[in-house]
Amino acid sequence: MNRKKLQKLTDSLTKNSKHSPGPSFYVLPLNLPTPGTSFNKSEVKCLISLFYNLVGDVTERQGVVIGLDRNAFRNILHVTFGMTDDMTMDRVFRGFDKDNDGCVSVTEWVCGLSVFLRGTLEEKMKYCFEVFDLNGDGFISKEEMFHMLKNSLLKQPSEEDPDEGVKDLVEITLKKMDRDHDGKLSVADYEQAVREETLLLEAFGPCLPDPKSQMEFEAQVFKDPHEFSEM
Amino acid sequence: MGVALTRSMQWSAAGHGTRTLEVTPLNEAILTEIVMFVESFIYKHPQEAKYVFVEPLEWKTNLDPSAFGSGYIVSETTVNSEDVDKNGQPLLFLSVPQIKIRSFGQLSRFLFIAKSTKLKEAQACIEANRNPVAKILGLDYKVIDEISEDSSVLSILDKITKDDDPASETKMKIAMLLKQLDLHLLNHTLKHISLEIRLNPGTFKNDIELLKRFSGKGKQTVLEFIDYTSDYEFSNGCRAPPWRQLRGEICYVLVKPHDAEILCVTCSKEGVFLNGGKTDDEEEVNYERTGEIYKDLVTLLREKSAIFSENMSKQKVRVNEGQQKEKDQPDETPRKREDATLRKASTASHRSALESSRINLGKKQMTKRLEPSLNWKSTVDAKGKRSSVRDTQGGKHGGRLEKPRPSILPGIAQFRKSVQKVEDIISDSASESEEDEEPSERRKEANADLPSEYWQIQKLVKYLKRGNQTATVIALCSMKDFKLAQETCQLAIRNVGGLEVLINLLETDEVKCQIGSLQILKEISHNPQIRRNIVELGGLPVMVNILDSPFKCLKCLAAETIANVAKFRRARRAVRRHGGITKLVALLDHEQNATEPAYSSLYETEDVELARCGALALWSCSKSNGNKEAIRKTGGIHLLAQLLKTSHENMLIPVVGTLQECASEENCRAAIKAERIIENLVKNLNSENEQLQEHCAMAIYQCAEDEETRHLMRQHGGLKPLASLLSETDNKERLAAVTGAIWKCSISKENTTKFRKYKAIETLVGLLTDQPEEVLVNVVGALGECCQEQENRVIIRKCGGIQPLVKLLVGTNQALLVNVTKAVGACAVEPESMMIIDSLDGVRLLWSLLKNPHPEVKASAAWALCPCIQNAKDAGEMVRSFIGGLELVVSLLKSDNKEVLASVCAAITNIAKDQENLAIITDYGVVPLLSKIANTTNDKLRQHLAEAISRCCMWGRNREAFGEHRAVGLLVRYLKSNDTNVHRTTAQALYQLSEDADNCITMHENGAVKLLLDMIGSSDHDLQEAAAGCISNIRRKGACSHEMNSTSVLLYHEPPHTPLEPAVQQKHKTSHCLI
Repeated sequence: MNRKKLQKLTDSLTKNSKHSPGPSFYVLPLNLPTPGTSFNKSEVKCLISLFYNLVGDVTERQGVVIGLDRNAFRNILHVTFGMTDDMTMDRVFRGFDKDNDGCVSVTEWVCGLSVFLRGTLEEKMKYCFEVFDLNGDGFISKEEMFHMLKNSLLKQPSEEDPDEGVKDLVEITLKKMDRDHDGKLSVADYEQAVREETLLLEAFGPCLPDPKSQMEFEAQVFKDPHEFSEM
Repeated sequence: MGVALTRSMQWSAAGHGTRTLEVTPLNEAILTEIVMFVESFIYKHPQEAKYVFVEPLEWKTNLDPSAFGSGYIVSETTVNSEDVDKNGQPLLFLSVPQIKIRSFGQLSRFLFIAKSTKLKEAQACIEANRNPVAKILGLDYKVIDEISEDSSVLSILDKITKDDDPASETKMKIAMLLKQLDLHLLNHTLKHISLEIRLNPGTFKNDIELLKRFSGKGKQTVLEFIDYTSDYEFSNGCRAPPWRQLRGEICYVLVKPHDAEILCVTCSKEGVFLNGGKTDDEEEVNYERTGEIYKDLVTLLREKSAIFSENMSKQKVRVNEGQQKEKDQPDETPRKREDATLRKASTASHRSALESSRINLGKKQMTKRLEPSLNWKSTVDAKGKRSSVRDTQGGKHGGRLEKPRPSILPGIAQFRKSVQKVEDIISDSASESEEDEEPSERRKEANADLPSEYWQIQKLVKYLKRGNQTATVIALCSMKDFKLAQETCQLAIRNVGGLEVLINLLETDEVKCQIGSLQILKEISHNPQIRRNIVELGGLPVMVNILDSPFKCLKCLAAETIANVAKFRRARRAVRRHGGITKLVALLDHEQNATEPAYSSLYETEDVELARCGALALWSCSKSNGNKEAIRKTGGIHLLAQLLKTSHENMLIPVVGTLQECASEENCRAAIKAERIIENLVKNLNSENEQLQEHCAMAIYQCAEDEETRHLMRQHGGLKPLASLLSETDNKERLAAVTGAIWKCSISKENTTKFRKYKAIETLVGLLTDQPEEVLVNVVGALGECCQEQENRVIIRKCGGIQPLVKLLVGTNQALLVNVTKAVGACAVEPESMMIIDSLDGVRLLWSLLKNPHPEVKASAAWALCPCIQNAKDAGEMVRSFIGGLELVVSLLKSDNKEVLASVCAAITNIAKDQENLAIITDYGVVPLLSKIANTTNDKLRQHLAEAISRCCMWGRNREAFGEHRAVGLLVRYLKSNDTNVHRTTAQALYQLSEDADNCITMHENGAVKLLLDMIGSSDHDLQEAAAGCISNIRRKGACSHEMNSTSVLLYHEPPHTPLEPAVQQKHKTSHCLI
């Protein structure tokens, strides 16, 4: 990647960027309304260099998208952000991979991390809802909840119905969040509930970095842009 | 009969004399039975009635001989029955007051004659004849009672069949009859005993706790207060001293109903009764029973207080509302039923039933506390109904109802279902009212009676324990939806082990769990029990650690929770020990907070909020002295001062609150002064927020002990807002704080002038009536200070302030009395005011306060008397008119309180101005008493004592007497003091004493001359004159006595005196010239 391109990319992704993003290498996903991210220039630079560092030495070829595939990305989520749940990690990958091409490009990487690390409550709610809405129908149904919560309780051998606790938990959640009482969570339900109780943002599993690993990540990545290249 | 008498009747345990029967319901019942037996004996068994007792029953009767009519030979003091035995002895013989009766016939008749007093007679008879059976049937039968019941009848039969004497046949019949009576009595007492549930400490404790919750000021409460007389609880739950516990007494309670005097009540196993009361000065309760025995506290209180009974039934009616089937006494009936079931149940089920009834008691209070809440109210109400139905039902439906199924289904549909279910049950219950039941079912119910919240919370806690982070957060959020402010929920969380889990969560790394947990802990820690539990579970160190967290939101929550928990001493100390104070103080540091990097925007709060929470926690902590010091040392006062400059009202209250608490410490006050806080306090006095104003005024009250602060208050214009706040009298707490601040500020003269300008004095006078004591103390204190100025005194008099002040002299509040006496004394300086005081009999009131047990009051009253005596017309006559007054004053000289002594000396000085009074107090031995206290180093006392001595010298032989009591030598020492006031009065006293030659010698021996010589050089004319006069006396009289006694004691004794002599004479002359 040449220096000029990099410069342009960085500018386009920087917070309050005055440059409009160049269409030749940056296709703005339709569902991301704000151009630019919440990072400043040097932070963007750091993230881009981290990206290329992670992707490794793949020579840039015409027609082939350079990016992190599912496994690589999941690995990062696991190692850096301490996520463990397979399903959630998949969903997070989908959240990043806006164009659904199976890999996270450099733009998607920076934009994704922008929400992931610095997103406003709005952005995070949108992101989380997408993560939790497994089938993408705009609702989180009971079944989806059950699916996401089924491993959240320690199983006790003595119990007759091991799923009873989980079912109960689903009911509790619905009672708390389902404002229109239709047995499933709409975006409106979810957003209203989260606004009242921020803790419910990640109601069905951690899909955002926990504050601690986030602090560590930021401290490491933004400290010295050259450090990663040496690694 | 014998068995019943010895075993069942309750004999008093009085150690000496004949034992008497206690007046208990049981004894009364037995006596009534016996009386009935004897009365009907003459009809039922006419044959046996003629049987002559082996020994007469003999006792002291109250019956008058005149009461006896036909069939008796009556003289003035004796009565003989016309019925006689074989030997011609009368069967009834009364010789006032002894009566002897020898047959059942006569006994029956006697009881007829006795009419209304027959119970008393029967009691006297039984008391005097501890074994009536033996007397009736002869000694042989006495043994019978000791033998077991079954065999005894046989043995009698045996005995009787042996002889075929017809007399012994009747004897046997009587024996049988008595045996029957005995059995009857035993059965009767058994019934009686089983009616009373034996009370235990637990029941009392519960009842008292419950009543305590409903007590307090206001009309809605059932009582004004209820409290134990003793704080110490023995391990068995009793509070009575061990030797009283032997009698079954459990505890003593002081109860103040709204409409009666304080009752002192003994709670014993037998029941509840009024005792002799507890007097203020004695620690002990007078244990003697003075009233009837009631089955429990509530019944007693219902009897004693109409308001209690009314309000109590209100509380209960609320619970029983909606029951169609209720009767006249909604709460008595279930009780009786319970009693009935109790009788049937075995001892084991006794306990469980008792427990369930206790839970019911608790529930009444629960339902009362439940405010309408979104989710649970209806279900709980329904439960309330359900359980009360069950009470009347006697639990027949216990099985059918089962435990309330923990339901989490949201929505109204399910809730409607449950209401319907309850209604079904109610209609069921209307048709059936059987009380047969199995005790085991009842036991189950004890659990079922728990509110539905309990089960829901228990389930959530289970998820907290078992769930991963996600499940935990969901459970925490759901738990937050409960009414955590209600005790039911708070205790439910604790009882299912939720506190441990919540505190455990704080130790994890999961920020969200920590936040959720703290949010819950913050709410439930409003409950004092929960606070203690949190501390016991080691929650405080964990929370103190969280104060270091990088997340401000967490810090805030932790600080707020600490603020709630640190409401008691141990918790406050724990905060300090774990370094919490330093961390909390750090939260106040605005600038440093701002520089800290912000990490996660979701968990951020404003820095102001952080400071507010920090201040809140410090406020709680600052109630301990150690913490005040710690706050000061960690620079907290400075930071608080900085925060005080901001204008966030929410934050200002805890900030000022903390400052106010700290201001009670000397060091902290100095720091506060150094931080120039007064200016900002004044600024905030002008705020709109009443609470803020109150705390500012409190802080000023604390700080204004200091002279400089008072001046600062004036300079910053703080007096005007204080004066204007005086006119708003609705908020009593604030009024108390404001008047307190005014009191302390008015200690400075300049401030009183200002207050006069703001018309504060008139307002203060207006506040002398209809205010609570806390306000009155401060108002009167302020007026007392203001009265030091002539102009203010005039204002007070003109506003009619003297009458209410004098009225307050009859109060009992110590602090108030001290202030009132001071104010009255200050007013009395003015002759016109004095006239008013005199006309209101104020002097007599002041005088009687000399008998007050508190030395401060005594002293203050004595000081106040001085200007009164000075300014009253005919003071001497007035003083003499107080019977025993002078004796009282003189006796106060035996006090060991220096202030009292000084004030009494001052009073004596004034009293002694009247020759006749001086004569009287001399008779009461004032001279030796004054001489006795002369050995002191207290300058104030010295001054007034010397003055009193010089006054007292004016009578008879008093001068010589002082000399004889060795006061002179001690007085000479006073001249070495540094206080010129002491010098002056001492010199005057010595001058008076030096009229006596022997005293002159003593003075000289003690080196008075040299000291006095120095005094002559003083600029104080009185002192000069007195010193010079004294020296002159020493020279003349001393020399004279020297010649008379031919002893070389005086001036030539010491060589240095000779060269001084001319100087003495010269100075003497000059001082005389000066006059």
